[in-house]
Amino acid sequence: MAEATLTGPTALRTANGTPLKAALARASRRARLRAFLLVAPLLLFIVVTFVLPIGQMLHRSVHNDAFSAHMPALGAWFAANPRGTAPDEAAFAALAEDLRAAAAARSIGTVGTRINYEVPGTRSLFTSTARNAARLAPPYREALLAHNPDWGRADVWAAMRGASSAYSASFYLAALDLRRTPEGAVVRVEPGQRIYGQLFLRTFVLSAAITLICLALGFPVAHLLATLPLRRANLLMILVLLPFWTSLLVRTSAWIVLLQGQGVVNNVLVALGLVPEDGRLALMHNATGTIVAMTHILLPFMILPLYAVMKTIPPAYARAARSLGATSWTAFRRIYLPLCAPGIGAGAMLVFILAVGYYITPALVGGASGQLISNQIAYHMQTSLNWSLGAALATLLLAAVLALYWLYDRLVGIDNMKLG
Amino acid sequence: MRETEVAAANRDDAFVVFDRVQKSYDGATLVVKDLNLSIAKGEFLTMLGPSGSGKTTCLMMLAGFETATHGEIRLAGRPLNRVPPHKRGIGMVFQNYALFPHMTVGENLAFPLEVRGIGRAEREARVARALDMVQMGGFAARRPAQLSGGQQQRIALARALVFDPALVLMDEPLGALDKQLREHMQFEIKHLHDRLGITVVYVTHDQGEALTMSDRIAVFDDGVVQQLASPEELYERPANSFVARFIGENNTLPGRIETISGEACTVRLADGALIDAQPVNVTRAGEATMVSIRPERVEVNPARLPPGAHMVEAEVLEFIYMGDLFRVRLNVAGNSDFVMKYRNAPDAGRLAPGSRVRIGWRPEDCRALDADSRTGGSAAPG
Repeated sequence: MAEATLTGPTALRTANGTPLKAALARASRRARLRAFLLVAPLLLFIVVTFVLPIGQMLHRSVHNDAFSAHMPALGAWFAANPRGTAPDEAAFAALAEDLRAAAAARSIGTVGTRINYEVPGTRSLFTSTARNAARLAPPYREALLAHNPDWGRADVWAAMRGASSAYSASFYLAALDLRRTPEGAVVRVEPGQRIYGQLFLRTFVLSAAITLICLALGFPVAHLLATLPLRRANLLMILVLLPFWTSLLVRTSAWIVLLQGQGVVNNVLVALGLVPEDGRLALMHNATGTIVAMTHILLPFMILPLYAVMKTIPPAYARAARSLGATSWTAFRRIYLPLCAPGIGAGAMLVFILAVGYYITPALVGGASGQLISNQIAYHMQTSLNWSLGAALATLLLAAVLALYWLYDRLVGIDNMKLG
Repeated sequence: MRETEVAAANRDDAFVVFDRVQKSYDGATLVVKDLNLSIAKGEFLTMLGPSGSGKTTCLMMLAGFETATHGEIRLAGRPLNRVPPHKRGIGMVFQNYALFPHMTVGENLAFPLEVRGIGRAEREARVARALDMVQMGGFAARRPAQLSGGQQQRIALARALVFDPALVLMDEPLGALDKQLREHMQFEIKHLHDRLGITVVYVTHDQGEALTMSDRIAVFDDGVVQQLASPEELYERPANSFVARFIGENNTLPGRIETISGEACTVRLADGALIDAQPVNVTRAGEATMVSIRPERVEVNPARLPPGAHMVEAEVLEFIYMGDLFRVRLNVAGNSDFVMKYRNAPDAGRLAPGSRVRIGWRPEDCRALDADSRTGGSAAPG
């Protein structure tokens, strides 16, 4: 139709004179509506279970009103005085007023926790002062400093200023091992406290290693699957899928049995005399454990897309290359491998993205050096309850994955990816 | 063995030799049974047969993708059995062309030259030459997926020829094309063969294609070459009833040899009628036989037959107007699928269904063959 309207001097019309475009739209409206209604439940499900939670998470990573909602007077003072203003009597008066109100409303714990995120060890400063807030009398500056000299610390005031607005980038700074000085400059935290950058790096390095190992192990298997006679290929396929039918936890626990110091692998090595009794290999509670167990768990995600692509490559291509004078290696490198590229891309992408966000396996077999960023996110969600920092870390992870996705699209092309 | 040596001696230019080649995939049955075949340099030889007859297996053994279970294949005097496919220097056109989809047409053609270490300048010149040869000069930058079936066919042909192989194998290369294009390409391949002087081994199950293109045709069935002969020989003088049935349209009538004397015999048909025939692989009177007559060799006009020729009674069942031909289905001696074809000439009369006619043929057009194709007469090749 587009062609007709392009080439024709005027828009085409139906027999009774309505424009062809309008007639077509009317004719296909019902079909489109029905199609939409069919996908509507899924659309709703995705919105409720995917878009909303992720939106929540993104919001939480920049929004935290634990301090600002309960300390309105001090918030007003920060708003009226620019950064760098030394806290005067009015500031201390506002602080005392807010502490008194927060103590009455029993929200002082929340407030203290919020500042504690940024200046560790200050939660008790807030709670103990608030307990005695009723007895504070002007001049508040002296009274508060007398109660606890920490109230004069510049970093405490800087943290309170930062927290006085509900929206702040301070969690992202923390997630990137950065902090804001009392003067407002952004600097890196002390080397001993730089944990997240290193964790991100380790997450990506380990994920890349797992992806490469999966590719190296999965490629021959996928090729075998694609070329074996159907009956034997089906058997092999069941073996590939078998791990999917077993609980992730069970499989990871099985690896603990195999890899631990007194485990099967070490016992065999010792029995064979390859490893001395007192030199048993540390195969788990480190990066090795994470790599071994995650490679095993993610291998099917590499094999299946590879298989789907290899299945569509007729053996005639390799034969043609051979008949044209290529050695089997050249035929593989120049013909088979490029034709497999969509499967390699899809498998690698799938494994890498799954690995980057993996949590249970590294938590169980990773130990200290095998932990990934997702374990840190879980820690902030479940233990430290600093949800905003967890959300900021998760958002950074999401952004990094999206950036990789974009890079992949630029280098290989997303439409070149084939998942099955 | 001796047989092949004789054949090779007869053709001292034997280029490709299959010497007592056998092939089994499962160790229980033979797909190719004792194949002896010599192909001369510059010859266009077609392996023709129904699917599963072993013809493609033979081609794959020649190309090096299958190994012979027994026997030897030689190319220009060199035993090929242990030579890997890429060192055989044989061009091959595959059934579905097998053009590399991730390469352009030009890259596809350059591939065989590249793996042979030929420099860029010469590569480009030869690719351009090969493309011109198949009239696809302007298509080097296209991808195979952007070409029509016929165009892909030409590119596959050019790719198989671009490295100047002395032998080119073609595995049902025209199978995927529509009828008109197929016929056009048949002539084009034939002309390329004539012009380049290459040796072609062509596999097809389409007997029309085989007749059109080949110098010689090897008719395969059940792992055995049933007959190896020129198209004319094959059509006019099929060696057994399988070949007779497989090549062209054919009428068969079962009967028993009445008298036999050298080049002529008479056959008593099921309904008692007596006909003239030429004995092919029958030897004695009383033997069961199957006579075969081409539809276009059946005559209704006794004036065109030699004097004294026997004629038989037939009932017209159906008359079909086919434009250039008339096709008449007859009931002859209980065979209601007996077909007669005659030219739509100005003086040709039309036969009304239900009418009875008397038909006959020259004795040499009616061949008395073995009664069962599978038992006898696997004509020795070579």
